[in-house]
Amino acid sequence: MNKTINQKAWYFVIPVFVLVAFNAAVPLMTVVNYSFQETFGNNVFTWEGTRWFKQILQSDRFHAALGRQAMFTSIILLIQIPLGIGIALTMPKKGWGVPVCLILMSMPLLIPWNVVGAMWNIFALPDIGFLGHTLNAIGFDYNFTQQPGDAWFTTILMDVWHWTSLVVLLSYAGLNSIQPAYYQAAEIDGASRWAIFRYIELPKMKKVLTLAILLRFMDSFMIYTEPFVLTGGGPGNTTAFLSIDLVKMALGQFDLGPAAAMSLIYFFIVLLLCWVFYSLMMRNEEKS
Amino acid sequence: MKKYKWLVPTIYILFLMLPIYWLINMSFKTTTEIINTYSLWPREFTTENYVKIFTDSTWYMGYVNSITYTVFNTIISVSAALPAAYAFSRYKFVGDKHLFFWLLTNRMAPPAVFALPFFQFYSSVNLFDTHIAVALSHCLFNIPLAVWILEGFMSSVPKELDETAYVDGYSFGRFFFKIFIPTIAAGIGITMFFCFMFSWVELLLAKTLTATVAKPIAATMTRTASTSGYELGLLAAAGSLTIIPGAIVIYFVRNYIAKGFAMGRV
Repeated sequence: MNKTINQKAWYFVIPVFVLVAFNAAVPLMTVVNYSFQETFGNNVFTWEGTRWFKQILQSDRFHAALGRQAMFTSIILLIQIPLGIGIALTMPKKGWGVPVCLILMSMPLLIPWNVVGAMWNIFALPDIGFLGHTLNAIGFDYNFTQQPGDAWFTTILMDVWHWTSLVVLLSYAGLNSIQPAYYQAAEIDGASRWAIFRYIELPKMKKVLTLAILLRFMDSFMIYTEPFVLTGGGPGNTTAFLSIDLVKMALGQFDLGPAAAMSLIYFFIVLLLCWVFYSLMMRNEEKS
Repeated sequence: MKKYKWLVPTIYILFLMLPIYWLINMSFKTTTEIINTYSLWPREFTTENYVKIFTDSTWYMGYVNSITYTVFNTIISVSAALPAAYAFSRYKFVGDKHLFFWLLTNRMAPPAVFALPFFQFYSSVNLFDTHIAVALSHCLFNIPLAVWILEGFMSSVPKELDETAYVDGYSFGRFFFKIFIPTIAAGIGITMFFCFMFSWVELLLAKTLTATVAKPIAATMTRTASTSGYELGLLAAAGSLTIIPGAIVIYFVRNYIAKGFAMGRV
């Protein structure tokens, strides 16, 4: 769309700007402030320069948490995006099935995150949970509170349960916007099912899929409440993702300086990756 | 192959419903039954857990608090985002692209990073433990999302609509409220759905910013769990009830979800 140049448009943006800046600027400055100082309580601070940053960047603990986080996010995206598209492709396009599917599939999205964690905890417990009990009954030695592999499996399954629907809803909307004429043309050309998907459906879904990938990337990278309630980061530290590790450091050990430095590094990583995503997305948009 | 297509969504929905069924199943059991026996349905059916929640004000006020700040947040986010999204979709102005990206970066800020500074900040402006504090703090991630979604919807409305209205003698205000907003009603519905959803499910900030007066239901659940041992039955009942407001909201926007999404970001 051709946009007119109009500096007065800033007036429209001011409310949003003020509300977000109010929330973002002051707390962010507090974090920056802590990250360069050492405190022993009583509001006494001493200047530490970049010591905390160096310490965090060199610490094995941070590297391990970052590694776990990267692994978790990659697995999540690799499962949820194809699965979400697949389910959207098979969903009914009209009739009573549509509202039923939409309503039931949206349910997990609207359950508070700690309830999701608690729900999966009691669902997966080896003695009284359906999942744990069933897995053990058919011969698996499953116990997510003891075995790291099982803890990972449960956390990933929980996230797939929780968020795949978002990808489904977005993809479904993308599919619905395709006019029947495209399909008729494809039929006349004798296009295969795969060709229809590759050359008609996928390009039409590009925008919603970018949104889905971006949202899923951000949220899985920031995940805190669900794994915290489900496994508490355990057993050991095996499911302690970045946020869990951060809160442990900030509130558990009250190491404000290192925790603040870690916050900033963490934020910076998310920002950098999103900027790359965003630029790629915008470039694609300009091309088409 | 076409014949069995319905199997995929059906299996997926079954998978979604299983943990929810398990939670509801537990909510009708007594805690002793939950701990001692494994059963697919309640043997000694009891509604005691629900009775407790609806008669004890520390429990039911949790729901009232959560709904209050969620509604506040949805109203604030959408009404602030409407003019901003209009500006982004219709005009070029100095710093528009940077501002848009800056807004999105706030959607990317991990709440864990902000939990402690938020507590100190809201305490210092005397808003700690109020509904409005939680509603405002949730604007951090809801406003960027609202602007983003609304901008998509507005960009799909041709600019000729605006121009025709001005030619017909509409003032900006009248055009915006009488013509433009009804045109993108579906988009507003979807945006409200998302704002409600993300505010309703968030716990970390809501818990950090409240103590007693505005304590959300999710926080009531965690605190009760730690003080009086694990009352699993009660916890399951409280958890089951948190699903209801979401289900109601989905029911209202169900038509918008299908139609709305489609005209929006595509």
